[in-house]
Amino acid sequence: MDTELLSRIQFAFTIAFHYIYPPLSIGLGVLLVVMEGMYIKTKQKIYENITRFWIKIFSLIFAMGVATGIVMEFEFGTNWATYSRFVGDVFGSALAAEGVFAFFLESGFLAILVFGWKRVSPKMHFFSTIMVSFGSMLSAVWIVVANSWQQTPAGYHLQNNNGVMRAEITNFWGMVFNPSSVDRLLHTLSGAWLAGAFLVLSVSAFYILKNRHVDFGKKSMKIALSLAVFASLFQLFTGHQSAVGISKTQPAKLAAFEGHYETKSAPLYLFGWVNDSEQKVNFGIAVPGMLSYLVYGDVQTPLKGLNEFKPEDRPPVNIVFQSYHLMVAIGMTIIGLSLLSLALLRKERLFKSKLMMKILVVSVLLPQAANQLGWISAEVGRQPWIVYNLLRTKDAFSKSVTSGEVLFSLILFTIIYALLFVLFLFLLDRKIKHGPEESSDSDSVYSEQRLIFEKNK
Amino acid sequence: MELNIIWFGLIGVLLTGYAILDGFDLGVGALHLLTKTDEERRITLNSIGPVWDGNEVWLVTGGGALFAAFPDVYATVFSGFYTAFMLLLFVLIFRAVAIEFRSKQESPRWRSAWDKAFSVSSIIIALLMGTALGNIIAGIPLGHDKEFAGTFIGLLNPYSLLIGITTVALFMMHGAIYLVMKTEGALQEKARSWVNNTIIFFVICFVTSTMTTLIYYPSMAAHFKEYPYLFLIAILNMLAIANIPREIHKGREFRAFISSASSIALLLVLFAIGIFPNIVASVPNPENSLTVYNAASSQKTLMVMLIIAIIGMPFVVAYTYIIHKVYKGKVKLDETSY
Repeated sequence: MDTELLSRIQFAFTIAFHYIYPPLSIGLGVLLVVMEGMYIKTKQKIYENITRFWIKIFSLIFAMGVATGIVMEFEFGTNWATYSRFVGDVFGSALAAEGVFAFFLESGFLAILVFGWKRVSPKMHFFSTIMVSFGSMLSAVWIVVANSWQQTPAGYHLQNNNGVMRAEITNFWGMVFNPSSVDRLLHTLSGAWLAGAFLVLSVSAFYILKNRHVDFGKKSMKIALSLAVFASLFQLFTGHQSAVGISKTQPAKLAAFEGHYETKSAPLYLFGWVNDSEQKVNFGIAVPGMLSYLVYGDVQTPLKGLNEFKPEDRPPVNIVFQSYHLMVAIGMTIIGLSLLSLALLRKERLFKSKLMMKILVVSVLLPQAANQLGWISAEVGRQPWIVYNLLRTKDAFSKSVTSGEVLFSLILFTIIYALLFVLFLFLLDRKIKHGPEESSDSDSVYSEQRLIFEKNK
Repeated sequence: MELNIIWFGLIGVLLTGYAILDGFDLGVGALHLLTKTDEERRITLNSIGPVWDGNEVWLVTGGGALFAAFPDVYATVFSGFYTAFMLLLFVLIFRAVAIEFRSKQESPRWRSAWDKAFSVSSIIIALLMGTALGNIIAGIPLGHDKEFAGTFIGLLNPYSLLIGITTVALFMMHGAIYLVMKTEGALQEKARSWVNNTIIFFVICFVTSTMTTLIYYPSMAAHFKEYPYLFLIAILNMLAIANIPREIHKGREFRAFISSASSIALLLVLFAIGIFPNIVASVPNPENSLTVYNAASSQKTLMVMLIIAIIGMPFVVAYTYIIHKVYKGKVKLDETSY
């Protein structure tokens, strides 16, 4: 295999693995603010237990995100040096802003969040929670801005730099608010909120099923369910906005989403299998004209098909089609589950329904899958470009790196990520099995400390 | 002053911040196996517990700033040192795993295995970083297209490894002082003896590498010949190092820590003056060197980033201060500890 392909595999693998964690931190961060806010407001011990339990889970997830995130920052330079030279001038300011504004905020206050329960006042601790949550969303802002710039470059011009063309910034805010930034940011954030909400739903449902920490489970579940209902509906809206945006900025990607070759009124497929050589969708069920209606508000308006693009400028259609349709299907399932749970909750039947609890336990995987699939359709849909219409992926990798070196590092990553993932699941499982501390108001700080100390001898 | 020079300085500041902060936690890691009981090991681990993660953010930000300000340097060095950087990443992750997982099981075998992993990976990280620095001093082969034209084995030359070992010694000394500051009782006494031994280790390495540099890479001294007052920095550095045993002896650990932090900063200043205006010198074809001018982003980007930095840095300093204030004093183990 060549350096380019291996580098693509390595990047896809490391980013997919990394992306398990940041959405969970972002979603859980929002929930922590609500949970601790409830504690500050009601002063009830149960909310303290809830907050402290989820902080423990949060710190584990956050550590995974940091460890796998450093890799991403390095890989632009190690594997995609030509790309880095091309985009550095534009992309760099977003990354620098992420570092200066977001990373320091998150990691600084995280120390207080995790280790500071007894060292600072409750209000200061709550403030730290808000800052960590805010910081995690802020880092999403900058990283999505940078990625959106690759999808829809704006605020730049091409400049010859010592014989090599590169993009240079002309308008910072034009770069930040490029045509797809806002839609994609909101879509990414609501996906992250769902990831966090369904983690809490899943663990809470597990406790209720096992008849352990029931009060804890019910209260956690109510908080998470409100976020799930809001975020899942908001996701539908932002998804729609994104698709309308793509029809203007990246028509080849939208056409690939639906396997749409001829420029004419476009149907909306529920599912199907694209045969690229015959240019049609097999085994599909579609609503005629629906895509045209969603994009233009009219079933008749023709939508640009893939045939308008040279074959070398088209993304691999079936991968994009499948990942996109699976994402949409899962998204709809998430909406259904959230609304159903809400309806059952209002009739006071939610916690009694064993089936529903079992479904919620496994549903933690749904937002994770949808987030991964969404990114696959976005990134593969941008191919063959690494920066849309400006730089091709095949021209972007590091020239001084050999395929043997990348193979070596890919094996290294596979080993350490497998180890990391096993340990993550193991620790998560232990924390969940151990469960939250049960309320006992008599415990003084001192006796608690002594107990812990003896336990750890 | 020119924006290019300002950014050369600012990246220097970020990397100095990283070296001072992660320096002590890598140093604590390197010394970790010298403690014997589980309680002592938990105390050394928890002395860096709340801060090591934040310390690494300086590396992430330094890398991001290098990408932004000098994309060609970032691209050339990261792809050129490919295998070295991959090993560095591997070890950084492994170390984070070790810190997080070490105290999660009671079993002595589990803990002892992770203790070793934590300590060895701390040493390797310091060694790799120092070796990279050594290569920057020595210069690396660059092609006309700015791409690295050497090999991984070529990067492991004796001079660069010497700088790597010196870095390990420096961080061990820095970490030992930090431990004296964060511990009490018998463990503190041990840490004091480590300070004495690591200072000797560091001074030997430091003198050797200074002589080697002056003999083999006299260009590092060119600016000092031109502007003799720059020698003041070298003298200050000597004084800072000499001040450490004095302060430790008098029981003023915090001042000793400030001295060793200053010494790290001054060493990096000497390094920066030595290489300027090159960031990556090309050997044997000096015309291919990457300088603060030919490897930089546009003036517009450097300006935008300067504004970002001016807005952001006061916050960063404030958080760093708050965190270290909250965790000031001796380590106390509680249920949130590792």
